[in-house]
Amino acid sequence: MVQSFAGKRLEAVPETAEEVIISTRNVDVFYGDNHAIRNISLDIPKHRITSLIGPSGCGKSTFLRCLNRMNDTVESCRVSGEILLDGVDIYGKDVDEVLLRARVGMVFQKPNPFPKSVYDNVAYGPRIHGLAENKDELDEMVLTSLERAGLLDEVQNRLHSSGTSLSGGQQQRLCIARALAVRPDIILMDEPCSSLDPIATAKVEELIEELKTNYTIIIVTHSMQQAARISEKTAFFHMGQIVETGATEQLFTSPSDERTQGYITGRFG
Amino acid sequence: MSGTGHIVKSYDEELDSLRNTIVEMGGLAEAQLEAAVRSLTERNTELALKTVEADVAVDDLEHVLDNMAIRLLALRNPVADDLRTVISALKIASLLERVADYSANIAKRVVALNQAPAVTPMSAIPRMGNLVRRMIDDTLKAYAKEDADLAHEVWLRDQEVDQLYNSMFRELLTFMMEDPRSITSCTHLIFMAKNIERIGDHMTNIAEIIIYQVTGQAPSQERPKGDKTSVTMIDHVSEEE
Repeated sequence: MVQSFAGKRLEAVPETAEEVIISTRNVDVFYGDNHAIRNISLDIPKHRITSLIGPSGCGKSTFLRCLNRMNDTVESCRVSGEILLDGVDIYGKDVDEVLLRARVGMVFQKPNPFPKSVYDNVAYGPRIHGLAENKDELDEMVLTSLERAGLLDEVQNRLHSSGTSLSGGQQQRLCIARALAVRPDIILMDEPCSSLDPIATAKVEELIEELKTNYTIIIVTHSMQQAARISEKTAFFHMGQIVETGATEQLFTSPSDERTQGYITGRFG
Repeated sequence: MSGTGHIVKSYDEELDSLRNTIVEMGGLAEAQLEAAVRSLTERNTELALKTVEADVAVDDLEHVLDNMAIRLLALRNPVADDLRTVISALKIASLLERVADYSANIAKRVVALNQAPAVTPMSAIPRMGNLVRRMIDDTLKAYAKEDADLAHEVWLRDQEVDQLYNSMFRELLTFMMEDPRSITSCTHLIFMAKNIERIGDHMTNIAEIIIYQVTGQAPSQERPKGDKTSVTMIDHVSEEE
């Protein structure tokens, strides 16, 4: 429930209506002796945008990288606790992390297209996962992904030009198209707009809004305004712990924890 | 952590000058009410005219505050308690401007009233005036100190003003029935009392805003209300008998 100015109660979206796609319980991450995140329990609602915010080094990216086992590639990294994707522990013995990463895609801070054509960038995932039966199906997948990433109109005539020849914003949307091509359920985004200008940022934000109809999105951002603009749920991380989590509107108008208030208002020091 | 300043110090300075402008407006509005009521008790037309003229200063401050708030919203993108401070200041400034208007209206009526012989039953007006001035004073204290408890106390206090207004309303009705020549003067007095009663209502509104600004929550219970004059009837039959 959210309270309005006049004291009348406004109905907020009832929390029970939300289906949880990822459920994390008591997650701890260590890099060697460094206890990077502590006892994180957070539910990610399906087909919603969840923002993870907090100062540098608070553990939000580390947590994000746990959700598709990207941390497995770091040798000294140890993850404990439970991360359930649709009820299945993603750190379970039988889980194929390549398939997991197809289901839980990732978009990084800097656009990182492969030094290949626009077409091949998007076709890469479906090819290695063997998702397309023939050339026509692959074409269809590439075009649909580019369209969903809001890029098709801009690159229709340059599908065979190098991906790296696109502008920064286009490259980032190409990376999103590449993630979409393997038909994920969830897309993790680690500061996807930090190297983009305001126009390119607005296009990516508009795209993220559209994508939530079919995908669940978890975004790490340093931009408070971005978190406030696009996400429905926000979690505030500080020193490896979640300080506060809740509806974005509530968190940005009446945060319950002083540390959250200090951080989002620019008083943290 | 919210008690400490912002990393960007000029942001704090802008928020401070916003708060100071509200306190200044409130101080002026209170002085206007005091002058208006004094011009009535002293039958001082000159003071009444000055009070009417002084209203423009509060209007000007409201414009200044509006511009400051718009600037803050556009350039600082305030959130959480900062956002509540800016939005509250906008709303409070608009209410204080109304408060000053009510005082100016009282003063205008004093000018009219002073052209007729004095009417007796007006002692309730200075009493109401004092009560409401204390409300303004405490509301401004609550605002300056961000004291939600004091604001809540003011919020409940309005009932006293309403009760005083009710009894004065009845007294003036009886007076007008006894001596119809007093109707013009008494009607002015009723409007004056109503103006003061409305100022009291505005203080409770400001108190609500202060509670929201400080706590992030509006008061949960209904405010007790005591103004019954809108449903008061004269019993003609019993009067004729």
